[in-house]
Amino acid sequence: MNLLTHVIRALLDLFVDDRSLALQVLVIVGLAAASAHFLPAVPLAAGAILLLGCPGILLANIWLSRLG
Amino acid sequence: MDGWTHFGPAVTAAFLASLVEAVEALTIVLAVATVQGWRPAGLGALAGLALLALIVAAFGPLLDRVPLHLLQFIIGVLLLLFGLRWLRKAILRYAGAIPLHDEAAIYTAETSSLREHASRHEARLDWLAGLASFKAVLLEGLEVVFIVIAVGAGRGKIAPASAGAVAACLLVAAVGAAVHRPLTLIPENTLKFAVGVILSAFGTFWTGEGLGVAWPGADLAILGFAALYLATGLTGVIVARLPLAGVSR
Repeated sequence: MNLLTHVIRALLDLFVDDRSLALQVLVIVGLAAASAHFLPAVPLAAGAILLLGCPGILLANIWLSRLG
Repeated sequence: MDGWTHFGPAVTAAFLASLVEAVEALTIVLAVATVQGWRPAGLGALAGLALLALIVAAFGPLLDRVPLHLLQFIIGVLLLLFGLRWLRKAILRYAGAIPLHDEAAIYTAETSSLREHASRHEARLDWLAGLASFKAVLLEGLEVVFIVIAVGAGRGKIAPASAGAVAACLLVAAVGAAVHRPLTLIPENTLKFAVGVILSAFGTFWTGEGLGVAWPGADLAILGFAALYLATGLTGVIVARLPLAGVSR
């Protein structure tokens, strides 16, 4: 049981290390999904949200990390 | 040439990521072998590989039953989480904000821990040593399996991605068997930075495809995304190294 818990925790840690970064990624994906759903006439809008949003939140996370 | 343009990014991503995971697993297996011998280390590693094979055999065929766009979307989001996590850590390690991943230190800690167990539970040590080896191979192996599925799924690239991963694991096993030491000379943080860049690029691509985005240039867009994440990563290193005194709060 201990091993199973350890494996599950390790698998979760694969994707979620910094919780705020993970949450922000999900928010960006949510915005892109909303854009794809509500603006089907502008299919690249969802792509633009992903392309600008993900690098943006990474840089913001690094900036905030160094401030402690 | 066309083949390499099509399969190259998947093969490279799987090879580099698997190289990192295999090095991490090898460090633990070597520590176990040093303290308790090759028998429990080898048996634990083999048991881990066998369980991995069972997991792949059991869940692999299920992937074909998931609708393609849904599969691309789920894998894309997981890749974004995974890739950006690696990239963030590599940036902070380059900047000195968090310590570098040190295989020699991990090897020393693992051997010390096993020796401490040996002094307390001598009768069970073979079992504990084998279990440590098993866990290392299973956990790092699961990461390899995820990466292969993630970079290979959706466009029939599982076979070339698997070949890249297997080549990396065999290379690490061969070098490890020859030198009998943790592979400290491998620039692990540079590899993690590169893999973070590539996986984030794949994650963006698959998430977009899953949402119905028709990326200009199709697969070639991944190279452009990789360039974007590379520039972001390098900028991140510069940002993380800026002196705090110059920062307005």
